[in-house]
Formats: sequence, structure tokens, C-alpha cells
Amino acid sequence: MSALPAPAEHETAPASQFLRRLPTNPGLALAALFLAVIAIATVSPALLATADPIAADPLQAQLPPSWEHWFGTDHLGRDVFSRVVHGARYSILIGVGAVALAATAGSFLGLVAGLSRGLIDEIITRLLDVVSAFPDLLLALVLISFTGPGTTNLIFALGVAFIPRFARVVRAQTFVIARSGYVEQARTFGLSRTVLVLRHVLPHAVAQVPILATIGLGTAIIGAAGLSFLGMGPQPPAPEWGAMLAEARNYLRVAWWIGVWPGLAITLTVIAISVLGRRWQTAFEGRRSE
Amino acid sequence: MDSQNTSAISSAPTFFASHRLRRNGLAAQIAGRIGSGMLVLWAAVTLSFVSLQLAPGDIVSLLIGEQLRTPEVEAAIRAEWGLDEPLLSQYLSYLTRILHGDFGRSYILQTEVSQLVLSQILPTLKLTTAALFVAIIFGLVSAVLTAGRRIPRGIAGALELTLVSTPSFWLGILLLYLFSFTLKLFPVSGDRSFSALVLPALALGLPLGAVVGQVLRQGLERALEEPFALTVRSWGTSGLVLRLRHGLRHAALPAVTLTGWLVGSLLSGAVITESVFGRPGLGRVTVEAVLGHDLPVVLAVAILSAFVYVTLSTLVDVLYLWLDPRLRSDSPEAAR
Repeated sequence: MSALPAPAEHETAPASQFLRRLPTNPGLALAALFLAVIAIATVSPALLATADPIAADPLQAQLPPSWEHWFGTDHLGRDVFSRVVHGARYSILIGVGAVALAATAGSFLGLVAGLSRGLIDEIITRLLDVVSAFPDLLLALVLISFTGPGTTNLIFALGVAFIPRFARVVRAQTFVIARSGYVEQARTFGLSRTVLVLRHVLPHAVAQVPILATIGLGTAIIGAAGLSFLGMGPQPPAPEWGAMLAEARNYLRVAWWIGVWPGLAITLTVIAISVLGRRWQTAFEGRRSE
Repeated sequence: MDSQNTSAISSAPTFFASHRLRRNGLAAQIAGRIGSGMLVLWAAVTLSFVSLQLAPGDIVSLLIGEQLRTPEVEAAIRAEWGLDEPLLSQYLSYLTRILHGDFGRSYILQTEVSQLVLSQILPTLKLTTAALFVAIIFGLVSAVLTAGRRIPRGIAGALELTLVSTPSFWLGILLLYLFSFTLKLFPVSGDRSFSALVLPALALGLPLGAVVGQVLRQGLERALEEPFALTVRSWGTSGLVLRLRHGLRHAALPAVTLTGWLVGSLLSGAVITESVFGRPGLGRVTVEAVLGHDLPVVLAVAILSAFVYVTLSTLVDVLYLWLDPRLRSDSPEAAR
């Protein structure tokens, strides 16, 4: 890694730099490959699994993994492999949705706080303090007790709980950038405040947000699965990974396979996301410190 | 209520000033931290009141949950929450009641919320304490044994990444299958004996321990590169003694900043872990309350956990100021 041609790297954006490293790093390549499979499962699960994930077949109940049913069948005779593949859509949708909500709202609040300083900054910062005084999942549970369970409500609840971590970083960055020399310089050109903020402050203030979002996505997927496990997410018979594990919990004694595969899918997805996110972060920080 | 309001207001100027003037003594700074902690708590209680007011649907049906709505119950709720009075006096009496530990009544469970919560605190406290213990032991062992050693470090890193990425409830299911159903070493559910605590504490504690281990190892590696480590080595001190007696002291300080995150994760995680293992506790109560729309109970648990979180992180802040003079605002370094 240290033997990279330095001058050329300096010019490229961290994302493309990190894409070029993929083939030389087997762990990274494996993670990217796994996420590609997950992406296919999200967009068109029927390509990977032909069995119906919802249709019950009592005669085929609780069959162990076999050639016909790779991951076995569950207590209603549904194909577990097909359910795991179709379940990717829920976990990814909820995770990405919650992180997108948190990143957008957080960046906006952070930018406003960082630019305005004074009273508005104080109010926003205090509000973030209050929101983060509640543990993430507990705050999400409070919100769900108002809205009721369900996919959309879960996205909203988790998204709100994740706002402070984005807002804090963007606020701190905005502070630094708004005071930096080149913004001063740009101001002397007589640019309007809108142009100054949109073109010169915003892009740098939110530069780290995609990386934070990638790392936060793993946390969001685990949180979403946990809340679904408790019955707060997509309702049965939806093949959501956390909800599948909640059902599996009751059949562990007789059918271990129902409880293994959905959990493995969550863990591998989160590992793959963290591996990519961390590498991206290292590349970003390396470029910055050069 | 009066005492809280006045102290929050009177300490607010000190807190804000401590940002800018940087001329306050240690005592003022500690008072500022405590004041700002109280401000956050007051705001949290206010937020819960505001959310009750702003939530769609009328407040009576929010508080009543899935219980049958009869004129008697409605009259009881109106009287208890003072719903016929102006908003300001409703708010003030809400604050007063919460300050006195009165979280209202659960109409679904037909009981006082504070009694319900109190009766369920002990099992949750047992679980979170045991899990904290697991997390710290795992983190310490993993960091001390592997810091600065290439291959063990790689193995521990991979193990930690896996643990961090594993949902605690799935870890719980795997442990249940392996140790309760197959090996029959531990009970499947309940909270009757110490052995019933082992698997839940592992499921909740190990993923957190992985994070503690990562942070401790980083701190330890930084400490081992300091000049003092070379000095200690030159005395002929063994590597392990150097790590345990000298390195950890430096590594522990950054790890203390994890306290807030740890408390939050333990409380959040307990909700799920209790469900996996069928343990009694606050988590079970919360889940049932959320599913049954029993808002008084949900809000009480939320405010209680915010109280625990704010109290502990304020304590750590104060401890930090006391331990590390560089952070005090009157020190030359802070005045830069």
C-alpha cells in the first residue's frame, strides 16, 4: 500500500482512488463482490432465488438444508434461501433510507448552525444534545410508540435517531471552512452570500458525509434488524432478516437453520460495508494529511 | 421544580461563558458541566411533553393506549394530566410530577408507572452490569495481549470486526442454540439463577467489548511508542508489566470517552437481549408498552435512561477535568 505512486494520487478524488485499489486487495474485492450480490438481491431477487418467499407449504415444513432447499425450510415450509435473498430489500431499504434521512437533515442542521453561530447555533447544538441524551434504539422506540410499527415508520424513527452524528461533524467542518483563507478570498471578490455558501463552503463542509454515511449504514442495518426483531418493522409474512430471526427463536430446538442464515446475511453485509467504509476513510484521511 | 429551574437558569450563563472567556476556575467549570447536564434533562422532559401535545390524535387516546375508552377512564386521565387547564399550567404540573418521580398511570396495565419501572430495574441492572464487565474484560485482554504485535493484532482485529458487525440478538440466538439446546449448559430463559445471566451478558457484552478493545489497543500502541516506554524497558521491565502498569494508564483515558456511548448501547441492547432470552426487565416492559401504545410507560423509560446517560456522562466529564489538568480552561494549554 505504501508503494503507491504519490503524485498522481494527489490529484484524484478519494472514491476513484479507492476503486482502483480494489483488485490488489483480496479482502476489499471480496467485500465489494458480496455487496454486488446483495445489490442484485435488492434490485431483482428473483434472479437469485426462484422459490416464492411467502407461499407456505406445510408438507415441506422444517426440512434441513438440502440440494433442493439450500438453507432448509422454515416452520411453514417456506424456502429459507429465498426468504434471505428477498429479505435483502428490506434491510438495505430501511438502512439506506434511515441514513439518507439522517445525512440530509444532519448536514442541513450542521450547516445552518455552523454558518449562523450565536443564538441559532446554540439552540441547534442544545437540541442535538437533547436528542443524543436518549440511546439510539430507545429514541427510535419512543418515536414508533407514536407512529406505530411498519417499514416507513422504522426508517423515520432510525433516521431521526442518527441525525446528531451527522450534524455535529458538518457543524464543526463548517466552522473551520467559513473562517479559512480561501473563503475570505472569495468574499473579497464580492460574491453573494448564497454563492459563497453553496459553491465554496457546502462542498467542503459535507465532504466527509458520504464516508460517515457508509460507516453509519452498518449500524443502521443492525439497528433496523433489531427493531424488526422486536416486531417494530415490516410485519409478517414479510421476509425481513430481523423478523425472520424472531420467528426462528421459537423453533431453535428443532430447526437451527432458520436461525442461522438471516443472521449470517446481516453480519456479512455489515462486515462488507465496514471494510469498504474504513478503507475509504483511510484513503480520505491520507489524502487530507498529505 | 423550582430548584431545578432556577439552578438550570442560573448556571446557564456560566456554561456559555466558559466557552468564550476561558478564565474560570475548576469549580466554576464543574458547576458549568453539571448545569448543562441539568439543562439537557430539563429539555428532554420538555421535549416529551411537547411531543405528547404535537402528536396526531387527541392526547386522551394517546395516553389510554389500547385500553377501552370509557367516560370514567377519560375523566380520570383529564384529572390526572390537568387537561382542562391552560397549557402552561399543564406543563408546570407535568414538570413538578416528574421531579417527584411520578410518571403517571399506565391505563393498560392498571398500575402506577413509577412502581412498574422500579420493580423491573433490578433484572436490567444485573444484565447491563454483567455485560459491562464482559465488555471491559474482553477489551482489556484483547488489547493488552495483541497491541503492537503484528499477527495477533491482525487476528484480534478480524475477530473484533466480526463481533462489531454481529447483531447482539443473533449472537444470543447462536449462544442459545449451542449452549442451551445442544450442550444444555445454561437455562433457555428466565432470571432465576446466576447461570441464566451468563449467555445474555455475553451476547450483549461481546460486541461492545470489541469496540472497547479497538480503542484501548490504539491508545496502548500510542503509549508504547512514547519515550517513557523506552525508559521503562531499559530498566529490564518485562513487556507485560510495561503494558499493564505503565501503558494502560495512558490508554485508559481515551477509552473513558466511550462511557456515554457504552451506557447508551447497554440500555438499547438490553431491550433486545431481554427479548431474546425471555428475561424480565425494563426492556421487556418497553417493548410491550411500545406495541400496546402505552405512552406513559414508554416516556418514563426514555426519561429514566436519558437521566442515567446524562448523569454518567457528566460525571465522566467532571472526572476528566479533575484527572487531566490540561483540559481545564485556566491551564496554559487550554488558553491557546
